[in-house]
Amino acid sequence: MILFEFIDYGTLKVIWWVLLGILLIGFAATDGFDMGVATLLPFVAKNDVERRVAINTIGPVWEGNQVWFVLGGGAIFAAWPPLYAVSFSGFYLAMFVVLAALILRPVGFKYRSKRPDAGWRRNWDIALFVGGFVPALIFGVAVGNVLQGVPFRLTEDLRTIYEGSFFGLLNPFALLCGLLSVAMLVMHGGAWLAVKAGGVVAERGRRYGSYAALAVIVLFAFNGLVLWLMVKGYRIVDGTTPNMLSNPLFKTVTRDGASWFSNYAAYPWTTIAPALGFAGAAGAFIGLRGHSELMTFVASKLSVFGIISTVGLSMFPFILPSSIDPKSSLTVWDSASSHATLFNMLIATVIFLPIVLAYTAWVYRVLWGKVDERTIEREQETMY
Amino acid sequence: MEIDVVTLSRLQFALTAMYHFLFVPLTLGLAILLAIMETTYVMTGREIWRQMTKFWGTLFGINFAIGVATGLTMEFQFGMNWSYYSHYVGDIFGAPLAIEGLMAFFLEATFVGLFFFGWNKLSKLQHLAATWAVALGTNFSALWILIANGWMQHPVGAAFNPQTMRMEVTNFYDVLFNPVAQAKFVHTVSAGYVTAAMFVLGVSAWYLLKGRHIELAKRSMAVAASFGLLGALSVVVLGDESGYSATEHQKMKLAVMEGMWHTEKAPAGFTLFGIPDQEKRETKYAIHVPYVLGLIATRSLTQEVPGIVDLVNRAKLDIAKGVKAYDALTTIRSQKGQNIEQATKNAFEENGRYLGYAFLLKRYVEDPRKATPEMIEKAAWDTVPTVWPMFWSFRLMVGLGLYFILFTGVFFYLASTGGLDKRRWLLRLAVWSIPLPWLAAELGWFVAEYGRQPWAVEGVLPTAIAVSHLGIWEVAITMTGFVLFYTVLLVIEMKLMLKAIKAGPQPDRNADVPLVGRVQTVPAE
Repeated sequence: MILFEFIDYGTLKVIWWVLLGILLIGFAATDGFDMGVATLLPFVAKNDVERRVAINTIGPVWEGNQVWFVLGGGAIFAAWPPLYAVSFSGFYLAMFVVLAALILRPVGFKYRSKRPDAGWRRNWDIALFVGGFVPALIFGVAVGNVLQGVPFRLTEDLRTIYEGSFFGLLNPFALLCGLLSVAMLVMHGGAWLAVKAGGVVAERGRRYGSYAALAVIVLFAFNGLVLWLMVKGYRIVDGTTPNMLSNPLFKTVTRDGASWFSNYAAYPWTTIAPALGFAGAAGAFIGLRGHSELMTFVASKLSVFGIISTVGLSMFPFILPSSIDPKSSLTVWDSASSHATLFNMLIATVIFLPIVLAYTAWVYRVLWGKVDERTIEREQETMY
Repeated sequence: MEIDVVTLSRLQFALTAMYHFLFVPLTLGLAILLAIMETTYVMTGREIWRQMTKFWGTLFGINFAIGVATGLTMEFQFGMNWSYYSHYVGDIFGAPLAIEGLMAFFLEATFVGLFFFGWNKLSKLQHLAATWAVALGTNFSALWILIANGWMQHPVGAAFNPQTMRMEVTNFYDVLFNPVAQAKFVHTVSAGYVTAAMFVLGVSAWYLLKGRHIELAKRSMAVAASFGLLGALSVVVLGDESGYSATEHQKMKLAVMEGMWHTEKAPAGFTLFGIPDQEKRETKYAIHVPYVLGLIATRSLTQEVPGIVDLVNRAKLDIAKGVKAYDALTTIRSQKGQNIEQATKNAFEENGRYLGYAFLLKRYVEDPRKATPEMIEKAAWDTVPTVWPMFWSFRLMVGLGLYFILFTGVFFYLASTGGLDKRRWLLRLAVWSIPLPWLAAELGWFVAEYGRQPWAVEGVLPTAIAVSHLGIWEVAITMTGFVLFYTVLLVIEMKLMLKAIKAGPQPDRNADVPLVGRVQTVPAE
């Protein structure tokens, strides 16, 4: 198979770095509003019918959205095996908590409406809230830790040794990032409710969504400031080339004089990402206050896109820096799959992703229309 | 067995995978049964087939939700507990998992929403398409995960790269069309079809016994019996033994399943009964049926089926080659990619594919090059899984498989001759037989995966070194957590399932559903 040499190895790595970003953004932009709605559940809905309105706005679509998360896992495994190996074993207990919380969702959605009694439903409401809030928080906390560097090193055999602890993950900067993540997804969930729910649920969704949009602006700015003043970046000294074989130990890395802001100075066009993060959140705020549904949801998506891209662009070419052994850091150039695998996976993605997007769009169109208390009344049997 | 991180991680993987597989087979089979029922509805316009689709769809939904829930864990567990494995073979193993997400999970998960919520929003044909998309999605997902699993059993199309210290793909086509993977796919989905068929037969039989929902039950049984018979024939005749002649360790698995210590002249006999004795390396009180094993395993009368002792002797030779490969690798790595001598390169090229065998020695010595002949002897015997659980699990599974053929065959006959409600004891038997396919499926996975030990990837990576660098208490916490959590969910699921079955099919109270069928109420036939 010489076919894969058609695209140069270094280019493929960058393509897969972009695709990794697209997957994470896809996850946050779709399943993100599911998590946001679940987090908002106790606040936007005061009785069973209202809760069913909120739940059923995402009921038919959350499952497909969640595949972005599963696909993210699979794609990281396939395209960035060292990232998959280091991050999930390093964040072992945090990952367990995320999984446990996410496992509550499929059963929560499906089982809640199977019995009429209030206690049963209240328990599943709690489960759904946990399934939305906890992952939203931990994903942000994880990003916060990645930005500071993660305490792992690689042995000569490229075995991962992780020296941190679960509670070490819960440091102030990481928690701030966790809050930003929650605010971002709550804003997105509020925007979704504004579009998809009717009546009082939509009204409250707008209100809380707009608070969250303000929180996003404040936290994004504040976290950026902390990152600028207090978190050192990483810089590759030498030992990497775009076409090199994937072995992180071939390079040397320093933190001296390094900053996560140097990419913005070197490539000013990249400042468009943080700008979108702010502008999108501002747009979502205006849309939520001004009752413009379309503007709200598009702006909120743009903000999610901007914020996640900001993290990726700040760190490029780093993906997972190591705080205790900087040369073990995983970068775009030395943590990818082989040339052939990156190519094969690109072909698979080019074939299947457009198909997925096409039928997903069709399904959203079929399900178009607001869910309100009358819908729940009318479709008692089929609704969650 | 000492309790260490490896043992606990294995146990956790086995438990979470086996829990997950309590829900997968029913999803695989029931999705297709739903599609068949709805197709009949669309073609005939008879309302009862729509009711059937909706009723079995409700049960499908309860099962599907927890299948998805437990499946989430599977996607991330490799990285969490098997990080060296993930690094070492991710280049090959990750691809089918990612493609599974792209091609299968999106399809089933996106359309399952329409299946439940789209009845009033879609035309008949559109809804049917959604149902088929779910069925296809679930079965595609089985295809890709078994391509991944098949590669662990028979790692084709890949080679070790000394620079990156991992396996890398050399021929993706070989990975996709791996004969072991193909055999496993057919075997596994067929097992799912049998499971769903036995489930539908059992539940319907219960309705007949209670004199409820007679028309729905009889029609469901007719579909399930024919579907189940096909599935049962396929699961046994196209059993995944066809893959067991493919590689050395697959041969070992076969020999262990048979308790066959010594190579027999072709065609080998099948041991119907026996008491395997690991210490003495013999199977006592064996009752042989001549020729059968040779025919099953090699599909020929002339090919030999090697016994355990012979395979261990071969493993010793492989370990010796592995040590040479390890030596060459150490030299290559000490030179950091600069000017490697041709002789070293050749030495690695020649023996590189046995490198994994050197890792078997790591249990006894840090540097495999310093292994004594006794250590090699021990490591070679480590390639033999414990015989008796394999021997009995396999026999029980095959026995169940034959029972399914007989059982679905009888019901197929009864359905064709209109005698479904004539023999009440058969209906009771159907109810009691509901759990059996699950038992068979779990036994099958046990044979396949326990039989793969001591390898995570056969001949490439031993399980013991594939594990993550974790504290024992960390794995203990998550394992306890998973077991408690999953058990609670399982109990809830069973209760809801029983509740939905007791409630039976619900009449459509939905006023604005247009009744398209020509026959609105169910005519007795």
